[in-house]
Amino acid sequence: MYTQALNQAGNDSQAGNDPRSLEDAAEAARFQARVDAEERIEPNDWMPEAYRRTLTRQISQHAHSEIVGMLPEGNWITRAPSLRRKAALLAKVQDECGHGLYLYAAAETLGTSREELVDQLLSGKAKYSSIFNYPTLTWADMGAIGWLVDGAAIMNQIPLCRCSYGPYARAMIRVCKEESFHQRQGYEIMLTLARGSAEQKAMAQDALNRWWWPCLMMFGPPDTASQHGDQSTRWKIKRFSNDELRQKFVDATVPQAHFLDLTLPDSDLAFDEESGHWRFGAIDWEEFRQVLAGNGPCNRDRLAARRNAHEDGAWVREAALAYAAKQNKPAQAAE
Amino acid sequence: MQAAMPLWEVFIRSRNGLAHKHVGSLHAADATLALQAARDLYTRRGEGQSIWVVPSAAITASDPAEKDMMFEPTASKIYRHPTFYEVPDDVGHM
Repeated sequence: MYTQALNQAGNDSQAGNDPRSLEDAAEAARFQARVDAEERIEPNDWMPEAYRRTLTRQISQHAHSEIVGMLPEGNWITRAPSLRRKAALLAKVQDECGHGLYLYAAAETLGTSREELVDQLLSGKAKYSSIFNYPTLTWADMGAIGWLVDGAAIMNQIPLCRCSYGPYARAMIRVCKEESFHQRQGYEIMLTLARGSAEQKAMAQDALNRWWWPCLMMFGPPDTASQHGDQSTRWKIKRFSNDELRQKFVDATVPQAHFLDLTLPDSDLAFDEESGHWRFGAIDWEEFRQVLAGNGPCNRDRLAARRNAHEDGAWVREAALAYAAKQNKPAQAAE
Repeated sequence: MQAAMPLWEVFIRSRNGLAHKHVGSLHAADATLALQAARDLYTRRGEGQSIWVVPSAAITASDPAEKDMMFEPTASKIYRHPTFYEVPDDVGHM
């Protein structure tokens, strides 16, 4: 990614001007024309303030989700049932951390510092994906998360590889490349359990029952209630609506569940011959609202864990900076 | 809020014979830590044979607002391309 500060010198001549006064209609029209022509917008290009704000919010929320997303799975690393599973889970959690860092770097190119972004997460001001506020109660949850949560994330992220903002699109290409292993390792765990003892199969079914509905909520509110849809579509940040992506996910996932010989926890689920889509039952949006408002089963735990990790690591960051400052000091008159 | 960690740009050479290519950026206190972080962050799947880390502040970039002035003149100099010159077929491949 690029640094925001690269061209500061060139912009100084405009110092003193309210940046918003530059948002005249001509600039905005030129910007929209570039977006319409599928050109990528780069960090130092002119962009509407609202575009910058929207992207900063979206990319940083995405980064926070990757970082908080390490917690539910990190819970099972020491208890993985074999060395093979443990190595894979460890690699997956390390990937999530990497994805968070690519995304923070992309968000920073829009002019907000890393420290500020992390602060927004730790203070509870910024949101992250609702899905990570659910607990991981059994080993089967590692299977369900890889298969369903990462499956839903991939569905969301593939169109973002063509997002109009260059640094975000490039980060997503990297993320998507790495993420397909996540989904496959999750499905393999589910398959092993589903073909195991009756007790193991019940464990897989229980995990599917608990994760299915929260996964459908990952795509966000229905199109009729979404706040950010229209403008994001015009700016080519969003290529498909929440409901379109949700339907794609259901259509792709239902046959995979049938292959596992597991039952999806939705009595209304039925195949519609005419449209070729799987029709699903009503989603409990009140639950979604509550989880986002901080009242999910694990919201407090997740933030507390992030805050502790950040505070416990403070002395390491301070020591590293102090050491670097000492090394950089010009050799002072050796006394 | 804590003190800001310096920003570094990361370049990786994927195979012998290819140039180092910009892959992204990261924050680190010094060059040694930046190199280690770059290894963990950008080469988890054998992406590289060699890594460069450069302080972002050391990079001077062209201004996108001056893009036309900087690069337009090259478009009008078609005589810089081999296809501008006519050589009879009889001469053979040149």
